[in-house]
Amino acid sequence: IFINNEWHESKSGKKFATYNPSTVEKICEVEEGDKPDVDKAVEAAQAAFQRGSPWRRMDALSRGQLLHQLADLMERDRTVLATLETMDTGKPFLHAFFIDLEGCIKTLRYFAGWADKIQGRTIPTDDNVVCFTRHEPVGVCGAITPWNFPLLMLVWKLAPALCCGNTVVVKPAEQTPLTALYLGSLIKEVGFPPGVVNIVTGFGPTVGAAISSHPQIDKIAFTGSTEVGKLVKEAASRSNLKRVTLELGGKNPCIVCADADLDLAVECAHQGVFFNQGQCCTAASRVFVEEQIYAEFVRRSVEYTKKRPVGDPFDARTEQGPQIDQKQFDKILDLIESGKKEGAKLECGGSAMEDRGLFIKPTVFSEVTDNMRIAKEEIFGPVQPILKFKNIEEVIKRANSTEYGLTAAVFTKNLDKALKLASALESGTVWINCYNAIYAQAPFGGFKMSGNGRELGEYALSEYTEVKTVTIKLDDKNH
Amino acid sequence: ALNEPVQNLKWKLEKIFINNEWHNSVSGKKFPVFNPATEEKLCDVEEGDKADVDKAVKAARQAFQIGSPWRTMDASERGRLLCKLADLIERDRLLLATLESMNAGKLFASSYMVDVGSSIKTLRYCAAWADKIQGRTIPIDGNFFTYTRHEPIGVCGQIIPWNFPLIMLIWKIGPALSCGNTVIVKPAEQTPLTALHVASLIKEAGFPPGVVNIVPGYGPTAGAAISSHMDIDKVAFTGSTEVGKMIKEAAGKSNLKRVTLELGGKSPCIVFADADLDSAVEFAHQGVFFHQGQMCVAASRLFVEESIYDEFVRRSIERTKKYVFGNPLTPGVNQGPQIDKEQYDKILDLIESGKKEGAKLECGGGPWGNKGYFIQPTVFSNVTDEMRIAKEEIFGPVQQIMKFKSLDDVIKRANNTFYGLGAGIFTNDIDKALTVSCALQAGTVWVNCYGVGSAQCPFGGFKMSGNGREMGEYGIYAYTEVKTVTMKISQKNS
Repeated sequence: IFINNEWHESKSGKKFATYNPSTVEKICEVEEGDKPDVDKAVEAAQAAFQRGSPWRRMDALSRGQLLHQLADLMERDRTVLATLETMDTGKPFLHAFFIDLEGCIKTLRYFAGWADKIQGRTIPTDDNVVCFTRHEPVGVCGAITPWNFPLLMLVWKLAPALCCGNTVVVKPAEQTPLTALYLGSLIKEVGFPPGVVNIVTGFGPTVGAAISSHPQIDKIAFTGSTEVGKLVKEAASRSNLKRVTLELGGKNPCIVCADADLDLAVECAHQGVFFNQGQCCTAASRVFVEEQIYAEFVRRSVEYTKKRPVGDPFDARTEQGPQIDQKQFDKILDLIESGKKEGAKLECGGSAMEDRGLFIKPTVFSEVTDNMRIAKEEIFGPVQPILKFKNIEEVIKRANSTEYGLTAAVFTKNLDKALKLASALESGTVWINCYNAIYAQAPFGGFKMSGNGRELGEYALSEYTEVKTVTIKLDDKNH
Repeated sequence: ALNEPVQNLKWKLEKIFINNEWHNSVSGKKFPVFNPATEEKLCDVEEGDKADVDKAVKAARQAFQIGSPWRTMDASERGRLLCKLADLIERDRLLLATLESMNAGKLFASSYMVDVGSSIKTLRYCAAWADKIQGRTIPIDGNFFTYTRHEPIGVCGQIIPWNFPLIMLIWKIGPALSCGNTVIVKPAEQTPLTALHVASLIKEAGFPPGVVNIVPGYGPTAGAAISSHMDIDKVAFTGSTEVGKMIKEAAGKSNLKRVTLELGGKSPCIVFADADLDSAVEFAHQGVFFHQGQMCVAASRLFVEESIYDEFVRRSIERTKKYVFGNPLTPGVNQGPQIDKEQYDKILDLIESGKKEGAKLECGGGPWGNKGYFIQPTVFSNVTDEMRIAKEEIFGPVQQIMKFKSLDDVIKRANNTFYGLGAGIFTNDIDKALTVSCALQAGTVWVNCYGVGSAQCPFGGFKMSGNGREMGEYGIYAYTEVKTVTMKISQKNS
C-alpha cells in the first residue's frame, strides 16, 4: 500500500492474491487494504492539500513538469509496464505496449500541458465591483479504477486530477493491482510531494465503499459497471455530497448503412466488439446492418472472426487472450447460451476453447432481434450480435432504446446521413467511419446511465476544479 | 415615484400546469396556501403527486422528441421566447410583486425591486446565451475530424425553495430553456403562487406545449417522485442540505440522473481592524437580516478583529434597532414575518440555545406580536465557535458576533464547517484581501461588500453547500450534455 510516498503493510495484516488469467496461476500477493488504510491515505492526502503545503504553493507549470517527467519514466519503463499489464490482465502484449502504454504516455503529456492554462474568468457584472472566478482544485479525490485497462484508466484519472492541483487516493481493481503499484514507485521517483498520490489496494465492498462514503474525500471518480456506479453515487450522497463522476457500461450500437465502405465497416465493427477480449465499455455489441447488405456483411464478418488468433498473450500473433476471471467467463457463456435458446443464429464460435481455462471462442450471432438478452445486456466478452434494419428513422429509435448511452458508430459515405445520425444518437461519443478513435484531446463519457460527466479533453478540467467567485467592491467615492 | 401593491388582488391560478393546459390533480386533492403575515389562507391549490409528475414527464418527454417544435426551433428563437417572457414579467411586475409579498412575507419594495427586478434581468441574460452555446472543434491525433456538440440534457426536474420563489424559479428555467431542455417544476408548497402566474405567461409568450410544466405539491410526494423518476434526466434542487442529500441519493438509486444542488450555509464574514467600519457594519447587517435572515448566504458568523470588536458590536446593535414590523405590503414596514410555524419555532429554539449556552444577548431575543410569524431582530455577542448558534444554520434574523486575533486563526475557524457557500472580507489591505479570499473554502467570496451578485456571476457551494454552479456561463454548462463526434477523413490538414 502506497501512502506518503512510502510502502505500508495493511493495518489488518491481510493480503490477497492476484492471478494471471492465461495460466490461472497466482502471480503474487498484495497487501489487502480496508477502511483504516483508507483513513490513513486520506489523512496523508489532506495534509498534502493544506494551504501552505509544497503542493499548494507549487507553480502550476511545475505541476505540469512533474506530469511530463512521469510520462518520461513510463516511456523508459514501457516494456516492464506492458509485461506486467499483460500478466495481470491477459491482454495481448503488443496491445498493452502499443495501445495501453501509448494512451497513458500521451494522456499524461496532454494534461501536463493544461496545468498552467486552467483559467478563471473576469466577469462584467452589474454594480461597481471587480468580479473574477478562480478554478481551484476540488481537494482530496478518490479514484476507483477497473480491470479492463488498469493503467490507462488510472492515468485518465490521475492526469487531470494532478494537473488541477488535487491530491488523490486510488483503489485499483482487485484483479489487477500491479501496474498501479509500479506507477506508485514512479510517482515517488519523479518527486511528487508525499501524500499527493496514495494507492490502497483491496476490494470494492471494503476499500471502495470506504472511499465512496468517506467524509473527508471531496470527490470520487469511478469507472466500472452501472450497477456499482449507482452504489457509489448513493454513498457519496449519503455521506458528504462529494462530487461524483462515473464512466459506466454500454450496449453500443454500430450502424452500417448500405452505402458504407463495406470492408471498412466489417473490420471496424469486428475490432469494435472483439478488441480486448470484448472487455471494453465501448464494445460494439449491437451491430445494425441495412437490409440490402445484411447477408454480405454477415458473411464477411464471420470470415474475419474465424481467423481471429486466440492464444498466449505473449505470442506476437495473438489478437485475443483470456477473459479476466471465472465470474466474467461464466457470465459470457451464459449469455451465449441465451442467444442460442432465444433463437439467434450461431454463425461461429459459441463456446469456450476446449483446452484452456478462461479462453472463449470469438462468437458471431446473426438474425438477432431487439428483445434477446444478447441485444439488451452488456456481454463484456467476444460475442458479436448482428441485427437487421430497414430505414434510418427505425434504426435511430432502436439504437436509442436502451438506458445506456456511451458510444455509437455510423458507417456511411453520405454526409447528410452521417450528420443526422450523429445528432440523433443518444451517445456521449459518435464515431463516423471509424471505431475506438479515443484520444486525450476529445471528451469521453456517457449519456443516460452510461455515466455522469466527461473524462479527457478540456472538459475533464471542470470535473476536477471547484469554482470560486470573488467580488470586490470598488470605492464609490472614487471614479 | 413609489410603486404600490395591487389592492384587493384576485387570482385564479390554482391548478397544475401541463402541456400549456390547467389540470386538476389526479387524486382530486388540494392543499392550502397561506399569508405568513396574517396566518390567513390565501387559497387552495391542486396538490400534485406521483401520478401528476408522471403526466408532466410524458408531456416534457414528448416536447423533447427529435423533430418536435422545440427541438427544431432555432436557438435564437428560443432566446427570443425567453426575452418575451421577461417582457411579460415586466408588464405584470406590480401583480407579481404583490403576490410574492403576500405569499412569501416579503417587503413589497424588495419584491418589486429585487425579486421581480432581478428575475427580469436574469431571464434576459439567459435568453442571450441561447445561440452562443458553443461546442469545440478539436485537433485530435490521427486522420479524423472531431467536434463536440453541447446538447440539451433532456427532461429536467427542478425543485424550488420558498425564500425567493420567483427568482429561484427563473434561475432554474432560464438556463434550462436557453439550452433547449424541457422542464418539470415543483415550487415550494408554501409559495406556489408566483410560479403559477409565470406558467400563464409561458403559455402567453408562445412556448410550445410541454416545454414547461409546473406541478405544485409536497416534497415527500411530488419532490420524491421527481428525484427518483426513471425518465427524468437531471434534477436541480435549492433547499436544505438534509433534503439535498436525499435527492442525490434518490438520483443514484434510480437512473443516475445528473444532479445540481444549492444548499445551506453558515457563511463567515471577517472584519479586519483596517476596514471601513460603517460600511462593514451595514453590509454585515444586511447580510444576515435581509428577508428576515431567510437566505442561504446569510452572514451568520461574524468574525471581528479584537481591537475594533466593542465598537463594531455597539454600531451593529444601533443598526438593529430601526425595525418596524407589520404587513409587508404596508409602506413603512421594514421587517416581515418568517415563512411558517416550523421555521419560526426552529429560530426561537436556536435563540434560546444562544442564551443558555452563554452568548450575550444584545437586543431582540424573542417573538413579536400575536399574529403572523414575526421575530425580533436579535444580536448575540461574545459568541464562541462551539455554540449551536455558531454551528447550525438559523435561517432567521439572528446575528452572531465573534472575536478573532490572528489571520491564520480566523481562516481556520471560518473554514471549520461542512458548509461553504459564501464569505465576506472587510479590509483595505490588498494582501489581506487576496490571501484570505484565496484561502476561504466558499463558492463566493465578497470583499468590502456582501450578497452582491447578478446573473453574470457563477454561484454555488463548496463542500456540503452544494454541487455545481448556477448563473454565469458556468450555469449554462450545467444544462448541457456533451457529445463528441469523430469522423474519419482521408488526410489531415492542420
